[in-house]
Amino acid sequence: MLELIVISTLNGVLFGMLLFLLSSGLTVIFSMMGVLNFAHASFYMLGAFFGFQLTKWIGFWPALVVAPLLVGAIGMAVERYGLRNTHKHGHVAELLLTFGLAFAIEEIVSMIWGKSPLDYRVPALLDFPAFTIFSTNYPAYKIFMLAVSVIIFVALLIVLKRTRVGLIVQAALTHPHMVGHLGHNVGRVFMAVFGVGSALAALAGVIAGPALVTQSDMAASLGPILFVVIVFGGLGSLPGAFIASLVIGLVQTFAVALDGSLASAFGPLDPSAGPSVLTDVWNVTIAQVAPIVPYLLLVVILIVRPMGLMGTRES
Amino acid sequence: MRKLTLAIAVIVPMLGHAASAEDSLKIGYIDPLSGGGASVGEGGLKTFQYLADELNVKGGILGHKIEIVPLDNKTNPQESLVQAQKAIDAGVHYITQGNGSSVGAALSDFVTKNNSRNPGKEVLYFNYAAVDPSLTNEKCSYWHFRWDASSDIKMEALTNYMKDTASIKKVYLINQDYSFGQSVRTDARKMLGAKRPDIQIVGDELHPLLKVTDFSPYIAKIKASGADSVVTGNWGQDFALLLKAAADAGLKVNWYTYYAGGAGGPTAIKQTGLDGQVFQITEGFANSGNKAAMDYEKAFRAKVNLSLWYPRAVNEMRMFKAAAEKANSIDPVKVAAALEDLKFDVLDGGQGIMRKDDHQFLQPIYISSFGKLTESEPFDEESTGWGWHLVSRIDTPQAMVSTTCKMARP
Repeated sequence: MLELIVISTLNGVLFGMLLFLLSSGLTVIFSMMGVLNFAHASFYMLGAFFGFQLTKWIGFWPALVVAPLLVGAIGMAVERYGLRNTHKHGHVAELLLTFGLAFAIEEIVSMIWGKSPLDYRVPALLDFPAFTIFSTNYPAYKIFMLAVSVIIFVALLIVLKRTRVGLIVQAALTHPHMVGHLGHNVGRVFMAVFGVGSALAALAGVIAGPALVTQSDMAASLGPILFVVIVFGGLGSLPGAFIASLVIGLVQTFAVALDGSLASAFGPLDPSAGPSVLTDVWNVTIAQVAPIVPYLLLVVILIVRPMGLMGTRES
Repeated sequence: MRKLTLAIAVIVPMLGHAASAEDSLKIGYIDPLSGGGASVGEGGLKTFQYLADELNVKGGILGHKIEIVPLDNKTNPQESLVQAQKAIDAGVHYITQGNGSSVGAALSDFVTKNNSRNPGKEVLYFNYAAVDPSLTNEKCSYWHFRWDASSDIKMEALTNYMKDTASIKKVYLINQDYSFGQSVRTDARKMLGAKRPDIQIVGDELHPLLKVTDFSPYIAKIKASGADSVVTGNWGQDFALLLKAAADAGLKVNWYTYYAGGAGGPTAIKQTGLDGQVFQITEGFANSGNKAAMDYEKAFRAKVNLSLWYPRAVNEMRMFKAAAEKANSIDPVKVAAALEDLKFDVLDGGQGIMRKDDHQFLQPIYISSFGKLTESEPFDEESTGWGWHLVSRIDTPQAMVSTTCKMARP
């Protein structure tokens, strides 16, 4: 049992950190522009596919740097030539733009790379078990993923909270006009933030690609859970996104690991023993409902605390 | 003059197209071509296109050219019905599908209703891989024909083999949460319980179909259970990712599977280094030892650049031709009647029969294991250098289970 708990904790934290890499950019962009960027998970997918292609051409390590930079540049272009032009037409137009972009990216990716999963391998340098606990190997690559995520988290926090750049970004989030009057180019700040957010998503894609599946529906399968993370954590709050990512990562992993159903909670008074049309419902295990747990959390948090865990405003 | 040339240039190709469309025999291929099942669906499509080309070179079926119409159902029953209707509206009288028994059940029902409502415009459903037993038992239909061995036939053969393997003590079941996965788990529980009551079932897991991207939580659970063998009906990415996670965690167990040979599976097995510890049960495989089948495999690989994952598709198309020739018609009603109790020499050798009672094709089946190859086994999988190795061949009479089908005949 202890083994299961330790391994599940590691897996949960890892999945959580991956979610954080994605949600950190999304939550900052959200509070900056006031719209959900539906294409955010698509940048993650682009990162994975660029990572795969560049790994073939120039190797994994250069790809780890180049792919996020490329995707970051694409993100900046989207902000500069797409979102900035639609901004004057209101939030709905911006929302629709990102929505359409998500579909366009998915179609383009499947046109170029096909719809089947790609053979994106873990680099040979990291393809060994890092350590063995209770006879279970823990792959070095997963430790590497964890390390990258933690480094990014710390770096983001320092930049946003301890530097002048962070000060301006934070000010621009809440008082863009005032920042503009003080002589800063708010448009450029937004563009840079959008670029960095996209690059982070791409970085997550490059490192998650070999560990999970790299295929053209990966954005669609991860997108919804990202929205859960940022709403759960509180819009625009980095620490909130961090906590929410970890919570959701752990909840999903442990929900799979736990056996037990509603019926077994009653012990000897097991209601499913009696004849009932509800027998199926009683016997659904926690593992089976694992995929919907995050969405239940979303509903509960919206009812109980609409601004999210660490959010500061209601909308 | 120029106008006339232009008119000819425009009209002639149209005439040609209209003529060939009328003559051709269209088969609607309804399977996933996007999403988690895409890799499997695309492989199937290439196989059917190869088979159609092969038959067309020899004049098609009764002079009709075969045309495969690909329709993407995204592994979704609802979407499949939309696609089936689309196919019927386009003049298709034969549909074929394989991936997903939930889809199979919906299609069988749809075709049955369609045929009772539109006499004279019947449609046949050729099922090449949806193996839920209910399709040839309580939900059986006259208009449905299945070429793959049903899940309970496979489990019967698999448990017969497992029964004699004394080292199996603790078994873990992990399956996809839909009709087929559930039938694998119930059959495994029932048959193992009857044949080897001493075997302990230490885990029984159902997970969402084609949605899980990281199986490491499940692998941690299998590891914790102390299982020495895992039985799984997982296919497509659900198998490849399961094995990938097992490789990462260093889980060393024997795997008894239905679909380990599917896309991505062999690569994942090679990564785990489980030489000879992953078993699959199929109606044929590359290194079966049958000369004709192996020649066929060679030609198929050279042209399609895939291994022949569906010997049953070969049987299906060849039997379709045989039945049409026997009936001397491509009218679905006559073909259906001709298929009943039709005996046929299958690709990998031996005789099979399309049982009249439930339209289940009964055929020899094979258990094979994946690992290093010997001299006489020329075919590896996915360039791993490893391939399938014969473990046991079960002849048709031993690969049967009875049916409860009470078929409503037209």
